[in-house]
Parts: sequence; C-alpha cells; structure tokens
Amino acid sequence: MQAPREGTAACSPLGQGAGAWKEKELPRAAFPLAYLHCLLAPVKEANEQAKLQVEGGFLIPYIIMLVVEGMPLLYLELAVGQRMRQGSIGAWNTISPYLRGVGIASVVVSFFLSMYYNVINAWAFWYLFHSFQDPLPWSSCPLNSNLTSYDEECEKASSTQYFWYRKTLNISPSIEENGGIQWEQALCLILAWLVVYLCILRGTESTGKVVYVTASLPYCVLIIYLVRGLTLHGAINGLAYMFTPKIEQLANPQTWINAATQIFFSLGLGFGSLIAFASYNEPSNNCQKHAIIVSLINSSTSIFASIVTFSIYGFKATFNYENCINKVILLLTNTFDLEDGFLTPGNLEETKDYLASAYPTEYSKIFPDIKNCSLESELDTAVQGTGLSFIVYTEAIKNMEVSQLWSVLYFVMLLMLGIGSMLGNTAAILTPLTDSNTISSRLPKEAISGLVCLISCAIGLVFTMEAGNYWFDIFNDYAATLSLLLIVLVETIAICYVYGLKRFENDLQVMTGCKPNWYWKIIWAFVSPLLIIGLFIFYLTDYILKGTLQYQAWDATQGQLVTRDYPNYALAVIGLLVASSTMCIPLVALGTFIMNRWKKGKTVSV
Amino acid sequence: MAFSKVLFTLLVFSGYWVRSHRRMVPAQRSAQANLSGAKDAFKVRLSLKTALGDKAYTWNENEEYLFKAMVAFSIRTFSSREKIEISNVLLCNVTKRVSFWFVVTDPSENQTVPAGEVQGAIRMNRNRINNAFILNDQTLEFLEIPATLGPPTEPSTPIWVIIFSVVFCLVIVGIVLLIVSGIRQRRRKSKASTEMTDVEDKCETMVTIENGIPCDTLDSKEGRTNRAFAAGDEKLTPL
Repeated sequence: MQAPREGTAACSPLGQGAGAWKEKELPRAAFPLAYLHCLLAPVKEANEQAKLQVEGGFLIPYIIMLVVEGMPLLYLELAVGQRMRQGSIGAWNTISPYLRGVGIASVVVSFFLSMYYNVINAWAFWYLFHSFQDPLPWSSCPLNSNLTSYDEECEKASSTQYFWYRKTLNISPSIEENGGIQWEQALCLILAWLVVYLCILRGTESTGKVVYVTASLPYCVLIIYLVRGLTLHGAINGLAYMFTPKIEQLANPQTWINAATQIFFSLGLGFGSLIAFASYNEPSNNCQKHAIIVSLINSSTSIFASIVTFSIYGFKATFNYENCINKVILLLTNTFDLEDGFLTPGNLEETKDYLASAYPTEYSKIFPDIKNCSLESELDTAVQGTGLSFIVYTEAIKNMEVSQLWSVLYFVMLLMLGIGSMLGNTAAILTPLTDSNTISSRLPKEAISGLVCLISCAIGLVFTMEAGNYWFDIFNDYAATLSLLLIVLVETIAICYVYGLKRFENDLQVMTGCKPNWYWKIIWAFVSPLLIIGLFIFYLTDYILKGTLQYQAWDATQGQLVTRDYPNYALAVIGLLVASSTMCIPLVALGTFIMNRWKKGKTVSV
Repeated sequence: MAFSKVLFTLLVFSGYWVRSHRRMVPAQRSAQANLSGAKDAFKVRLSLKTALGDKAYTWNENEEYLFKAMVAFSIRTFSSREKIEISNVLLCNVTKRVSFWFVVTDPSENQTVPAGEVQGAIRMNRNRINNAFILNDQTLEFLEIPATLGPPTEPSTPIWVIIFSVVFCLVIVGIVLLIVSGIRQRRRKSKASTEMTDVEDKCETMVTIENGIPCDTLDSKEGRTNRAFAAGDEKLTPL
C-alpha cells in the first residue's frame, strides 16, 4: 500500500481550511502563497519519489499519468469550485444533498491527518536541536560498555540508522511490545503542538502571515541545496540513474500504479482544497488554463526537488561504494601482506584474479568477506517510509563539509513544510467549530484552538511510545489513501452522472465562454472512474493475495528491518480508520434520505 | 654465569643480524620466522601511505629503532622492569606492507616478557606511540591488542536540551502575549459597545415603528424566516 506522500498534506488541508474560511476573513494575498504550499508538496514527496524511482524508470509513467489523470481531475475540481462558489461541503450539498457526506469525509480525513502528522515535526525538531553539535551525533557510533569497540547494533546497521531507530525512536522489536513513552520525543511533540497553537491562535489572520514564511523559505533552501547537491562528488551518478528509463520496469504494472497514486496525492485531490481555492475565483476565470498551469508547475517543482534528492542520493551511493571498495582493498592488503598503496580501485579486479590463482587456499578463506561492490546496488537500496527523509539525508549530510550548516538548513526546511501543513490541517478542523454558534458563543476562539491542540497532542503521545513508529506507519498508510480514492471517485461520478456532464459543460461555457473539449469529457466520464476503480481493485487483490497486512519491524539483533504480520487489534484499528471516513458518504446520504422522508411525512400529516 | 650471559647476548645479536638481513628478502607468506608462532609475540601493521599520502616516510632501520625504543619505554614504565634495553625488543619478518612481529625479552630472567604485560604496556602508552609515528589506531595496528577508544566528550547538559529550552520559552512567551492582547482587545471592544448602547438608549426616547411593529421587538440579530420563501432547505447551503 502506497503511503500518502508526506508533502501532500501541505496542499490539501490548507485548502480545506481555506474553503471553510469566510471570504472576508481570508486575506487575498495569502492565497497564492497558500497555494504555493500545494506546490511544495512535491518537495517532501520527492523523497518518496526517490524511493519509487529506484524501483525503475519513473519519469515516463509519471508524466503520462499526470496528463491522463492529474490534469483532468484537477480541472474538474477547480471547475466545480468556480461554478458552485462554495467550499467543499457546500458545493457538494448544492449538487445533491445526499452528497454532503463527501465534504464531511474530507474533514474526518483531515482530523486523522492532524493527529499523526505533527509527530514528523517533533522528529524534525529533535534532529534540528541535535544539529548544533560537533561532530554530528549520527556521524559515528557510540562505544560499547568496555570501551573497546563500537556498540553492536550500530556496527551491524549504520550510525545514521542507529541514531534513528535507537536514539530517536528507541523502537521496540514489534508492534505488540508497547514500551513506555519516550520523554524526549514527548517534549518535542508538545513543542511542535505549541508552535502550531501559536500560529493558529488568532485564527486566519495570523495564519495568513505565517504562510508567507513557511511557503517561501523552503524554496530558498531548495535552491541552496540544488547548488550544493550538484557540486557534490558523485552527484552525476544519481542524476544519470534518475534520467535513464528502465525499459523492463515499464512493463511492470506496479510502476504505473505507483505513478498514478503519486500524482493523485501530490496534487491534493479529494481534500476539498482545490474546490475551496477555485470558489474564490471570478466566474469568468479560465480554469482550464489554470489547471494546466498548476499541474505543470506542480510537476516541475516535483522534478526540481527530485533533482536535488537524486544528486544527494548519488553522492551517498558513490561514497558508500568507494568505502566498500576501500574495505576490500584493505582486506586483501592485510591478508596477503601486499605493499600499502599497491592496490588501487583501478587494478583491483586483475589483482583479485591473480591472487585467486596464485594463493587459492588463502583466497578461498577470505572469499566470503569480499563483497562485490556495485554502484548500481547502492543506488538501488530502498529505504522504507518516513525513515527516508531522516536516514538517507542525514547520511549524505554527515559526509559533507560544514555538515552542521547543511543539517540545520535541511531540518529548518522540513519544519517549515511540516508546520505549514499542520496549519492547514488544524484550520480545516477549527473552522467548522468556530462557525457553529453553539460552541463559539460559549468559548472564545483561543480556547477552542487550545482544546483541539490539546486533544490532538494527547492522542499523538501514542506515537512517542516505543512501538509508536509502527502505529504511525499504520496511520500514514491507511488513514488517507483509500478514503481519498473513494472521495475522488464519488466526485467524478457525481459530476458526470448525477449533476450531468451536459449540464456541467453548459455551465462552464456560460461561465468561462469556452466549452471543455472532448478530451476532458472522455477522461471525466470514462477514464478516470475506471482508473480509480482499477486502483481500488489492485489494492484489494493485493490485500487478498497476501492474506494479511504486513509491516516492517526493526530487529536490533540483526541491525535491519524484518517483515512481520499485524496482530488482530492492529488490523481492527486499520479497518476502523478506513471505515470511519469512507462510511461518512453512505451514512450521511442515508441520514438525509431518512430526514427527508420524515419531513415529508410530517408535512403530509399536517 | 658470565659466560652464559655473553653467549646469550651473542646469540641474540646474531639472531638480530640474521633477521635484519632477512628483511631484504621480499615478503614470503610461507617463510614464517620463529617468532610468528611464539606465544608472547605480537604482529604490528602500519599503513603509511593511507595515513600520510605523499608525506609518507619510508620504513627503514631508523624507524625500527624508534619503534623498539617506544616499546622498551612502554615496558619500563608499565611494569618497572628497569633493565629492559632497546636491544631486548626483537623484530622480525618485516614485509613490504609494512608489517612485522616483535617480542620483548627480559635479560635478567632469560625469557620473554609475558604477553599480558606487553599488552598492558602498549595500551597504556598507545597514544604516545601513535604520535611518535604520526599515525592513529587504525593505521598503526597492534593485532590482538584492542585499542581503548576515547569516548566523545559530553558536556554536562546535552546541547539539545539547552536549545530546546530556549525555543520552548520563546514559544510560551509568544502564546502568552497573544492571548493577553486578545483578551485586552475583547475587553476594549465590549466596553466600546456598551458605551455605544448607553448613548443610543439615551437618544432614542421614542420607539421606532415599522409596518406597525415596534423595531425593538424584532430580533434584529437572528432575523426572521419568511415562510413564503422557504421553498426548500436544499437551496440554501450552509458551509
């Protein structure tokens, strides 16, 4: 199951909040910057993209899926918003009152997102605070108890992995062993929530100002990193790897499905944000042009961020490759007492053959230790989940000069993106609360925000336990994926079949003056629903074939990740997560139906 | 007694002379000297080119002399065997790598210094031996003598706690300021509005009547729903 990209939250809930905001409250100027956040979603998502890229020539499926799936659905949502002139709940209510559940499902998904997303900010704070040390704490292994060599777990894994799994998470071997709350992580989480509270305290007026900073700073850092990344030794290898398509991978359907899911989440479809943004546009605005421009900017930001990611990736892979070669050289030099400096990477192969033939017994003794170092395999190593941001980048950063500066820059950027996402998330939850008169008449705005932050923080403490990262992965993988797919499917079908494609087309012509051409209509009516249903079927068959859902657990004795099955109660939680947001749609439809029947019955009897 | 001493010394010197000539022979894996299996002998391995690159010095007799001096010094300081001389440290099997075996003999006892003592002595003075050769633990290896790795210096309060507290205090101060200013703003507004209503009450002595209904009975805030236009709740769309 592909996890929703971390950065997608940057776009969607911010817009969800924007949609729920009243027009007079939202400063106009904050708009383009708020949408800039959407465009920055790909920055974080580029990290995930790096992982997907290593599974094979990614650019081609990505571009094709963008044209086939991304642009049409984006155009659809923008058009709906522009036509209905309301936020997501209102817009769907206008199309059909039975569909109000679509908007409510988006809010529920935002609530789940806000619960677990701030933990990433807590980790970013932790790493940021540790970046002020010389040397960086993840650059070397700690010593063992009798000070003769390094800690065992750290030797088997690497120092950056050890810092992440042991020092940061203090992860337990499986999800069943809960462990206690890590006080350091809990403190960082509380700090993260306090920062979020500080920003949303005054409501949208203060949020608008904060967005200026949180949206523009990451772009600056990204440019700095681009310059630094491209000048690193070995960056070319990473870039070459990114741009060479792997033909055999193109035949693998998994690649296409990954690309489709990637585009889907990177554009933030289904959160209601796009509808909200578009509702502020002039009716005569050419949303077709907007859709194309936005999706192009989105993908170019994505590719830009990928270039940075891959140059750093290439640097890391080259560094590890050269280390591996040096280790082999050292092993051979020591075993055969060759002159120091005699073996170079250039003559390694022929010397190996010569030694194998001249001294077969000794060579066979050390043969198992001689690893076949390959740059390709270094570039292919995939890292799972959120660990990618923290492990791969820190590993690359520790080898750069002035590593403290690069580390601070990187984590500040990560924090800006994360806090920006959280602002949108919490705004999306708060606005319905502050709008409803029952609550806002009793409590002032600050108290409501404080209460929401407090509740989310308390629930978020679960993720700071020793097994917390496993629960985090559950939320990350399942809280938003299926629900968003369903929401977009319902949206497409609602527009094309419930509201009527002809009617929609006429509305657009009246509004903007140009009819959507046959390409858009075909995709809206047939291709997109089929594609999304195909994605659904794929995920379901994947689940059924595997029999049970599995997760990656960190095994301290081996120093690597192992696959385990989820226990029953974890499966129940997953089911609850998915059901609580997807069931909103049918339940609200049913509820409206029953209410209408009851009302009709009342009026008839009267 | 004296004769055996002289004989022993002669043997040792001749052995040393033989071994120093054996150094000229290129490294042969099969030709292990009498020392390699000896129980109190240690193998040493140097990686000069790796450590020093272009500035690497060549390993010759003078360097060996320095090495023997350092070992003798270590044994002297560690176990206070005052009679250990440079000549008591024996090197052999020097290869191009550069690696060799060494053993320390004690002339007063006519036998080799036990391995444990040598190990302890080297460990104690490892830093000084390394510095004498401008090498470190990885490039000057004593096989089977584990190095004592220096733990990184930790300040009494971890740095991250300091930075965390600073940021935490700043955020708390910011929140308090915003809340306080918000409360003050609200008080000012409510005071202004009560003043306004007082003024209005004083001015309005007569009741405004519209359509036969006095204005103040109308609930102007909430408004009135006109049933004639309530065609359907579906048209009005609350957010």
